[in-house]
Amino acid sequence: MKVYLKILSFLTPLIALAISFGLTTFILILIDRDPVETFTLMFDYGTTGKSIISILNRSIPLYISAVAVAVGFKMGMFNIGVEGQYILGALIAAQVGAVLILPRPLHVLTIFIVAAVVSGIWAGISGYLKVKKGVHEVISTIMLNYIGAGIVAYLLANIFFEKDEDNSLKVPQTNYLSESGQLPPLNNILGLEELPNLNSFIVGAVFVGIFYYWLVWKTSLGFDLRATGLNPVAAKFSGADPNKLIVLAMLISGGIAGLVGMSNLVGYFHRYTIDFPTGLGFAGITVALLGRNHPVGMALGALLISFLERSSQILDLNNIPKEIERIMQGIVILVVVVSYEVVRRYILTQEVKLASRMVDKDE
Amino acid sequence: MNTAISIENISKSFPGVLANDSVSFDITSGTIHAIVGENGAGKSTLMKILYGMQKPDNGILKINGDIAKFQSPKDAIASGIGMVHQHFMLADNLTVWENIVLGIDGSNLSKIKRSKYIPEISDLSKKYSLPIDVNLTIDDLGVGEKQRVEILKVLYRGANILILDEPTAVLVPQEVEELFENLKNLVSQGVTILFISHKLDEVMEIADRISVMRGGQHVGTVNKEEASKKILAEMMIGKDLPTPPNRETMISSENCLQLKDLNGEPSLGKIPFEDINLEIKKGEICGIAGVEGNGQRELSEAILGLYPVESGQIFLEDIEITKLSTRERRLTGISFIPEDRQSQGLVVESNLIENIILGKQSSNTYSSRFRNVLFKNASKNSKDVVENYDVKTPSVQTLALALSGGNQQKFVVGREIDGKPRFLLASQPTRGVDIGAQALIWDKLKDARDMGLGVLLISADLDELLGLSDKLYVIYEGKLVKQLEPKEATPEQLGSYMTGLGI
Repeated sequence: MKVYLKILSFLTPLIALAISFGLTTFILILIDRDPVETFTLMFDYGTTGKSIISILNRSIPLYISAVAVAVGFKMGMFNIGVEGQYILGALIAAQVGAVLILPRPLHVLTIFIVAAVVSGIWAGISGYLKVKKGVHEVISTIMLNYIGAGIVAYLLANIFFEKDEDNSLKVPQTNYLSESGQLPPLNNILGLEELPNLNSFIVGAVFVGIFYYWLVWKTSLGFDLRATGLNPVAAKFSGADPNKLIVLAMLISGGIAGLVGMSNLVGYFHRYTIDFPTGLGFAGITVALLGRNHPVGMALGALLISFLERSSQILDLNNIPKEIERIMQGIVILVVVVSYEVVRRYILTQEVKLASRMVDKDE
Repeated sequence: MNTAISIENISKSFPGVLANDSVSFDITSGTIHAIVGENGAGKSTLMKILYGMQKPDNGILKINGDIAKFQSPKDAIASGIGMVHQHFMLADNLTVWENIVLGIDGSNLSKIKRSKYIPEISDLSKKYSLPIDVNLTIDDLGVGEKQRVEILKVLYRGANILILDEPTAVLVPQEVEELFENLKNLVSQGVTILFISHKLDEVMEIADRISVMRGGQHVGTVNKEEASKKILAEMMIGKDLPTPPNRETMISSENCLQLKDLNGEPSLGKIPFEDINLEIKKGEICGIAGVEGNGQRELSEAILGLYPVESGQIFLEDIEITKLSTRERRLTGISFIPEDRQSQGLVVESNLIENIILGKQSSNTYSSRFRNVLFKNASKNSKDVVENYDVKTPSVQTLALALSGGNQQKFVVGREIDGKPRFLLASQPTRGVDIGAQALIWDKLKDARDMGLGVLLISADLDELLGLSDKLYVIYEGKLVKQLEPKEATPEQLGSYMTGLGI
């Protein structure tokens, strides 16, 4: 690829953001709010130390969820079931973690593994159904979301509940993890004592990103996944076994999905409660799209979405409807996806041009 | 004689390609005018302009002396131009006459005027000597008959200038003869025919005048009397004809691939291939001729492990591979040139480095002990293939889809021959590629054979089969019905076995 094309593809997200800003400005003018004031408010509030910590913390599960979705996307599968996978994984891991007593690193690690295995199996069911019964994974993963949510509700209410002090009331939440199952925040290490807690599972998220990059772009298995995603027929002819890959991709995607709830479990709530955040599985699809399945792109996407969500909280206090943030999110996603496609096509035609010029030169 | 079509300085460019570069020539009415050229020479673009599917950037088009500015094929049809597409556009479940009136019958909700159409179409078929029972369903027709329906369809719409886009590509030799007979008849009744082809034999047989295109330019127009295959080929490719086949070959006594009583699993009530017994030695090219759809696809997929085998055995050298997976077979040393490079042989949205890995992603060449992809080897090998197989590409980082068809195919062939495979399955290895690429691919296949590779060549191109094969079989309805001596076989003979007549 020529250098200018590389620069262009690098600049695409910035161009897309500029366009999104423009469109949002237009909407703010339509509803009679001052765009400059709005953006200034959001920027000022979103860049305070407190906000930055909050944005980072929000980004962790969002990013992992996006990676889980992206593994499926890379081989042309839509894992819409990250939602059900991670809540089920988180609940079981919380319960196992609450019961177990182990030395710290082992305890925490066990919790991660339980979550990944449970979520992986839950996703694997969709892979199995697709291979054996031809059930489309979109259908089965959506269904399994509901079933998973049902199971979580049942387990919380009937089996994993916590009794209050006088043993009369059942509270639908697991017991606390013992200290060895908790991860302390990173603040002490980083010298940020005066700021809110920075979840140390952010390190886990970075590892997930590195693992994803290595797996998909550097391994033979990743090659098979990508080839199957881009051209299933050619991949089959090259010896890739589509059935095996479908199950494997779902297992890996689900396994990563299992880690979505971990920052909240070991680093914040230390138990599974009804307050445990939901919706991260669906938000992950958005982030995967926004970052077009690229490990760094998705990280930026997760940060952007978290920034918008956090910074918009200031708007209501200033008589600007905070729903504007939902609109901004929608605009950003739409514009980014469209811009990428436009640039992708432009680069393609340029490549074709270069290649055909080659042939001309030869004659 | 009048000029039916006059093309004056027609230019058309697409992003990155000058598809037509000031093309000018005339087509005399009542003649068969052939347009030949390699793939990508600009024939199709010119035809699309003539048929109103594309507008020229520059230049003038005159039909029967009047300037024509077509906005869509509708305008072209109104001016009397009809196109017979290579791929038939017929509704299989309707009858011949229904297909012919489809789209022009204006009866809407009222009853369709059978009594008007049937005699009209029957008369037309008699007038132009294109015999067909108009009440038959398209499903029951052979390929040649379907083509006749397509021709009748455009004639019924009032066309007196017919464009035929590679009409013989789908026909067996006998059907080609019939088609040519029909075309001569049409011309004798005043119809003008534009015949697009890259098969020089046919062009020399049928055309009155021949225009040659190369790289978007009109190289020249010659009368048949002044032309020869050699002259045309030189005009087309700007260099000499591909070298004639080299018959001196060293066939070894060692087995390369052996198929024993191989039967495919029935699908839709049909057994795709039956009792296949084949022995291919090292250093031998074994050709299989046949009309498409006679089991070739299933047989080649069975060899690759992608089509289920009901009974029988497959041996690679002395290893039985019948039960192995596709990947294991690939690793054992089976190489494969698929009939459709874009869908089966390449991941076109990836670059050449990634594409060189395809098919060997789990081999030691491209996969480390820890299953990491060895991109270094891929980069080196892709550069080698690009160089040795004359693949025209800016770099190996270029996406495969940016390459022209011929260059894509050269790349696939290079990938499959390189790396010392034990056996090569080549399915239509030169389909749809230009003469230059074809010559190179043939040479490379011969070189590989001479180096001791065993090749199974499945093809519909009789020149290719006769020119390359050391032994030759004909497949018909899933059975190897005849073994022929390639040196002695004639196209007519092959054709009769291929259509089941020779049995």
